[in-house]
Amino acid sequence: MALSLSWERAEPKFTMTPAIELIGIDKRFGAVHANKDVSMTIAQGSIHGIIGENGAGKSTLMSILFGFYAADKGEIKVKGQPAKIKSSFDAINLGIGMVHQHFMLVDPFTVLENVVLGAEGGRLIGPALAKARAELTRLARDYELDVDPDAIVGELPVGLQQRVEILKALFKGAETLILDEPTGVLTPDEADHLFRILGQLRDQGKTVILITHKLREIMAITDHVSVMRRGELVATKQTSQTSVEELAELMVGRRVLLRVEKGKAKPGAVVLEVKNLTWRDSKGTARVDNVSFTVRAGEIVGIAGVSGNGQSELLELISGISKPTSGQIIFEGKDIGILGDPRHVRQEGLAHVPEDRQHRGLISSFDASESGILGWHYDESLGHGFRLDREAVVNRCQSEMREFDVRPGDPLLKSAKFSGGNQQKIILARELKRNPDLLIVGQPTRGVDIGAIEFIHKRLIELRDQGKAVLLVSVELDEIRSLSDRILVMFAGRIMGERDASSDEREIGLLMAGVSKDAA
Amino acid sequence: MANARGELPTWVDIGLIPLLNLFIALLVAGLVVLIIGENPLEAMWIMLKGAVGSIKGWGYVLYYATNFIFTGLAVSVAFHAGLFNIGGEGQAYFAGLGAAIVGLSLEFLPWPIVIPLAILASILFGAFWAWIPGYLQAKRGSHIVITTIMFNFIGASLMVYLINNWFRPVGKMAVESREITGAYILSFREIGLQFFGVRLPSTPLNLTVFLAVIAVVFVWYLLWRTKLGYEIRAVGANPEAAIYAGIKPDRIIIIAMAISGGLAGLMAVNEVLGVQHRLLLEFAGGAGFVGIAVALMGRSHPVGIVFAAMLFGLLYQGGAELSFAKPLISRDMIVVIQGLVILFMGALEYAFRPTLAAIFANVED
Ligand SMILES: Nc1ncnc2c1ncn2[C@@H]1O[C@H](COP(=O)(O)OP(=O)(O)OP(=O)(O)O)[C@@H](O)[C@H]1O
Ligand SMILES: [Mg+2]
Repeated sequence: MALSLSWERAEPKFTMTPAIELIGIDKRFGAVHANKDVSMTIAQGSIHGIIGENGAGKSTLMSILFGFYAADKGEIKVKGQPAKIKSSFDAINLGIGMVHQHFMLVDPFTVLENVVLGAEGGRLIGPALAKARAELTRLARDYELDVDPDAIVGELPVGLQQRVEILKALFKGAETLILDEPTGVLTPDEADHLFRILGQLRDQGKTVILITHKLREIMAITDHVSVMRRGELVATKQTSQTSVEELAELMVGRRVLLRVEKGKAKPGAVVLEVKNLTWRDSKGTARVDNVSFTVRAGEIVGIAGVSGNGQSELLELISGISKPTSGQIIFEGKDIGILGDPRHVRQEGLAHVPEDRQHRGLISSFDASESGILGWHYDESLGHGFRLDREAVVNRCQSEMREFDVRPGDPLLKSAKFSGGNQQKIILARELKRNPDLLIVGQPTRGVDIGAIEFIHKRLIELRDQGKAVLLVSVELDEIRSLSDRILVMFAGRIMGERDASSDEREIGLLMAGVSKDAA
Repeated sequence: MANARGELPTWVDIGLIPLLNLFIALLVAGLVVLIIGENPLEAMWIMLKGAVGSIKGWGYVLYYATNFIFTGLAVSVAFHAGLFNIGGEGQAYFAGLGAAIVGLSLEFLPWPIVIPLAILASILFGAFWAWIPGYLQAKRGSHIVITTIMFNFIGASLMVYLINNWFRPVGKMAVESREITGAYILSFREIGLQFFGVRLPSTPLNLTVFLAVIAVVFVWYLLWRTKLGYEIRAVGANPEAAIYAGIKPDRIIIIAMAISGGLAGLMAVNEVLGVQHRLLLEFAGGAGFVGIAVALMGRSHPVGIVFAAMLFGLLYQGGAELSFAKPLISRDMIVVIQGLVILFMGALEYAFRPTLAAIFANVED
């Protein structure tokens, strides 16, 4: 969905002393050289984008600035003054705030309690809360950051949780705000809103550092952009004087196909047939509501929709994680819905790349090779009977890592230590290499760099051209449109309509919003 | 090299930190000894000498360690599945029933048949006593910590009743079964005498110690070299991902608890068949609870558990010697010292981590 950049863009007023100066930052993790002599200047009152491939060292650099890691070498200046940042506490005192890729909120607490956390100031919580409430109202007014202070954080949608994170930072007096891939989890509308907030922050003289993989976002709201590759800073550009193509090339070091190239699909026999599928949650609400469609061999069927409209539940039903309340899921002639067993479904020839790689796709405390067999670990090729042949597991991971260019290519590294895009590659390799008849894949490129997106898209189309069926769920409409041969649009648990890939973006957008001429 | 803040080199994590914790525990214990008017250094020396200064001391240390290895492994297997099995004590106690039934009723059979059967019975009885809480957790959502504690009590009462009414020979005053006269597990003293003609001091150490070694290897193999172990660890680390992978957490919870109980049950082999040669009241003597500390300290890894079990064996044996040599330091004092070790090694395991992490980060700068 295109960003509607409706807010007025004030001419940035950069003052002389930069907000942040990073000078010669160097950091190694064992054999991995995550930051190589990186120097960067962030102008006061600007939005500064940082882009780069997965594992380029963006998060590491920002973690150093925020005091999570200690740099091996290098110097940091805040507002011209040399600063020793030994912990996030120091960073906060210097007016630096960070919104992490994965939120650091206490779910059962209210918004207010979360905001105050770590800044209680004194033994009694009462005064702090009263003060925070007043402050929160002011921030909400100034920056369009409306959140109900008494809402329980765990019950808020991600977009709002992110606002709480921003509020938390501002409450602690952040002058410079670091956001690490803030839009990965947001719907296009939420992302729009976030950018409005960031614009306003800048206009009020705050400095924003934005890490993202979406070049469109960079072009839309940043003033400057720095490009990192394999730990090095390769360029810093003024956004108005660069282009998406140039940035992409700087990032990857070669020309990148920003459009997917694919031939016409040659659909074969029906592989998956979903008939009147309904699933009700424990409250009795139909989250998947009488859904019917088919997927044929040799085609990619995309399911578009704003997140939270039943796509996740649909994936869980087809992959056997949950059981349908009614209706059938017929895979190669067999009803797999009644089984409700992911392992059995896999054995029938279905592979599943889950939406949520942190919580489903891999186990962060396992090493990469162990995460690389999740779901397929019972396979006889990994050890006969009850045995698990460690050597086979590691070897399999090693060869998959090589083929999918996972960095670092170390099967013994803990899964949590890979950057987001590389984690996704580990999962994709695991599922694609099992040669499934049907691949169902949720958000395949969430948080993945453009080089890897190109690679992943290529692999999905290759799979299709081998005569396999692919069911793709994504909240990125662009991705759905460029990959799918047919597009189904989901809204409130129902299929609102079917379109082909060439149909008008606006029309699909309307279906996604629940407006439809042809809905049943 | 220091990685992230709070992340330490492996040798610090598994070497320095436990040692530091132990040192501080001993320091505080020494203070307590000082307060009651004894010389802490002397006390420490007596403990150490009593434990590892003689063959007899070593015999006792290893005998205690055998028990602690079984119960520590039991706790760790459940822990890898994300379960906190507090019921090792009850499971070991109940397993004694299995060992005694086989040992007493099959006395007419030769030992190569009776001993394996008795070991098997111990495992099965222990496993059964853990299986029930496991089942209740998996199917009914009853919290494992609560149920296993309850089963300690149920087991204790049941055993009193059974020993008193079923096993106690008519006319015998002590509440215990009659002696197992057929097959039992030989002690090192007997082996020394019969096969090598050497006279070893009398200690409870018996061949069951080798069973403990086997159990250590078994648990390591199970957890890291079998598909079941993979599934157990997956459920413990991330149940969501496990479900995605087609693993059924309910099933794994029940299996892991049964294995855990079976391991705890092996303790009965040591006590009933190896040492006492009869079933008697409270023979588990708290080893089930020590197992929790041992597993915590050993980081739930079989190798770590061996070291932790040895340490606690040392404390037990050294403590006994100490209370013998210094009447001022009673048995209860020893329990206090052990408690301090548990406190610092287990509960306060991470208390000194931030400080160390800061030190190491500074060294790096
Ligand atoms: N704690 C750690 N231990 C070991 N290696 C690490 C650790 N954290 C990061 N790395 C490695 O450092 C490199 C840089 O990682 P970083 O997370 O900074 O990348 P990134 O640019 O943020 O990538 P992404 O866009 O995928 O989030 C990667 O190769 C990563 O595997
Ligand atoms: Mg990152």
